[in-house]
Amino acid sequence: MAGIFDEMTGADGSIRAPYGELSRWLEEVPPEVLDHRRREAELIFQRIGITFAVYGEADSQERLIPFDVVPRILAAKEWDFVSRGLEQRVKAINAYIGDVYGKREILRAGIIPEDLVFQNPVFRPEMNGQKVPHDIYVHIAGIDIVRVDAETFYVLEDNARTPSGVSYMLENREIMLRLFPELFSRHRIAPVENYPDELLATLKSVAPVTASSDPTVVLLTPGIYNSAYYEHSFLADKLGVELVEGRDLFVKDETVYMRTTQGPQRVDVIYRRIDDDFLDPLAFRPDSALGVPGVMAAYQAGSVTLANAVGTGIADDKAVYSYMPEIVKFYLGEEPMLKNVPTWRCREAEHLSYVLDHLEELVVKEVHGSGGYGMLIGPRADKAQIEAFRAKLKAAPTNFIGQPTLALSTVPTCVEEGIAPRHVDLRPFVLVGRDKIRIVPGGLTRVALKKGSLVVNSSQGGGTKDTWVLDT
Amino acid sequence: MLSRTADNLYWLSRYVERAEYLARILEVTQRLTTLPIAYSGETNEWESAVATAGCAGAFSAHYSEATEETVTEFLCFSTANPSSIRNCFEMARTNARAVRTALTMEMWDAINGTWLQLKRFGNGPTSREEFIRFLRWVQEASLRFDGRAYRTMLRNDAYWFSRLGLYQERADNTARILDVKFHLLLPTNERVGGPLDYFQWAAILRSVSALTAYHWVYKESVKPWLIADLLMLKDEMPRSLASCYGNLVQNLDYIAQAYGRQGPAQRQARAVRTKLQNSRMDDIFQKGLHEFIGEFISSNNRLGAAITEQYLM
Repeated sequence: MAGIFDEMTGADGSIRAPYGELSRWLEEVPPEVLDHRRREAELIFQRIGITFAVYGEADSQERLIPFDVVPRILAAKEWDFVSRGLEQRVKAINAYIGDVYGKREILRAGIIPEDLVFQNPVFRPEMNGQKVPHDIYVHIAGIDIVRVDAETFYVLEDNARTPSGVSYMLENREIMLRLFPELFSRHRIAPVENYPDELLATLKSVAPVTASSDPTVVLLTPGIYNSAYYEHSFLADKLGVELVEGRDLFVKDETVYMRTTQGPQRVDVIYRRIDDDFLDPLAFRPDSALGVPGVMAAYQAGSVTLANAVGTGIADDKAVYSYMPEIVKFYLGEEPMLKNVPTWRCREAEHLSYVLDHLEELVVKEVHGSGGYGMLIGPRADKAQIEAFRAKLKAAPTNFIGQPTLALSTVPTCVEEGIAPRHVDLRPFVLVGRDKIRIVPGGLTRVALKKGSLVVNSSQGGGTKDTWVLDT
Repeated sequence: MLSRTADNLYWLSRYVERAEYLARILEVTQRLTTLPIAYSGETNEWESAVATAGCAGAFSAHYSEATEETVTEFLCFSTANPSSIRNCFEMARTNARAVRTALTMEMWDAINGTWLQLKRFGNGPTSREEFIRFLRWVQEASLRFDGRAYRTMLRNDAYWFSRLGLYQERADNTARILDVKFHLLLPTNERVGGPLDYFQWAAILRSVSALTAYHWVYKESVKPWLIADLLMLKDEMPRSLASCYGNLVQNLDYIAQAYGRQGPAQRQARAVRTKLQNSRMDDIFQKGLHEFIGEFISSNNRLGAAITEQYLM
């Protein structure tokens, strides 16, 4: 992979403007100071209890995500472009979901094959013809973006179900403010701390029209054993709303209530961090002990808003992803600002044969996979791994897509040998309310700490960084 | 507030208080067993410690004999004993995690820090010195948690429910000490000046950290009926049954005021407090100390059930 773009040194090795101060500072600050701060940050994280669980690891139930103290910086102009692109994309996603569960114009126009929607396990027939409050399906989106050069940003993945990571965005900033006040005074950095306010405003704005003027919002978590539980409790706290589990809620006369020490209290908006499958044992998986029996009926009766709506998975499936440029054009009549990574859909014979012929240079992903599991990075795999994957791919081609291996940009990162470039991505969070779309500048930067690695997922040894959007 | 949140806060406090209590009992037992037999008596103090902890049944299911080693393991580090100190802290943190939004940062920090430090002790201390350090550390951890709760929590229902857990547990613990040791306190056993009883009596006072307090209150040498009076009826003694119930009534009243409604829990707590207020030690001894304590323990359990029914589910 020649020509990796480093966000600090650029293509020609000269320091790019947004990194001017940081690069001077990195030269001034002794390595042991940086190392000391890094350990300090780790201690703080451990004390606060910001942990995540890795499924399938018995002995380490709770782990810390490594935090890198060197920030990632975006210029105001770069961010402006990205955020306008995000707004465009999320608008299109919402229009598309409404259409799929409504008039199905995009299917009738032949732009997206019907079976891709109707045969898709994340398609929810219960939502057919269902009106949702204010016609918004995705209220909170996490769009994963990678950069390959000074001008080009690709969307790698849309997360339209229950995207996580925003607590890291907020905590990373807090820690940086604490550890490096002098570095902040040398920059003008757009704040992110208003995210909870923006989220609450968004959630309240989408309450059912029948709700009171001050609607009751709750955050529904699967509970303390969920890998993102810390984030759930963190957000509920910042929002000032109750953090509820399924057993705290009940449905009576198609209305949702929570059990409180003063008796039942009506709930208007549920920010749910629990998947569709587990939401309501009466409507979906009957074995779910995490959900709320009857909540789907209340939702269908329009007495409660679910954020995000049920069935939004039909927009963030990786096979649907490949149609996003067409989706943007179809609903908005605009060219997409953020590019899609060229994608071969293995469900199509021509594409499949191309992918099979080029396995050693492509990234092949499972359509429904997440967290970096179940994917093949061709250039990093040995012969045996490629052959094993080839067999999997041939057995169920519709489950896979292929993409070129992108040369993700790098950012200076504090690693064992000192400061060295490491690959990063960016997950900004887009909030869609009845009144407007809100995007806090920046997002969560994930970094692959292993040299040369392209996998930034925390479950695979990735870390995080604070993301600075310069104000000028 | 959510019923589950109130439930978690209530149990969080109970577990921390219980851990501290276990540490006190063990410290006192450790001290008694180091005395020559002429001072400590013939009884197996380790067995008595298990009884005072209220888990004699569970203990005998796992061990045939109560020794320093088996009791220490069972009460401190056993994962099989749901009320071991380790499990108390484990459960306290689980409850704390479930209600993080209702805790102050300082409280979370205290309980999470304790949980992290607990790992340092592994599966038990390797020496007596370390064991004593461990017991001190447990008590410190509880004081730290309680202090932070006291100093940082808003005075609203979250605080009141956490206090209910604390005082119910504390009342139960004091009653259990009395229940196991009552025979030492009966006036018929009075042999003033006998060294054996003195150390036993002092041990009872120490286990509720009241040895010094005793002298301030009564200004005389240690007498068993006065110990019973101090632990049961004295309002100014923070671990007495009377004091615990004064606090329970008060916190239940705060909740009732805030919610605009009294209920069975308030009535039950007031009934118990009135009974304690109207009791004199002479009458209690006459009618039977053991019976009185037994009745108190059941009343306290009934209050727990009433609180649960009224608020926590």
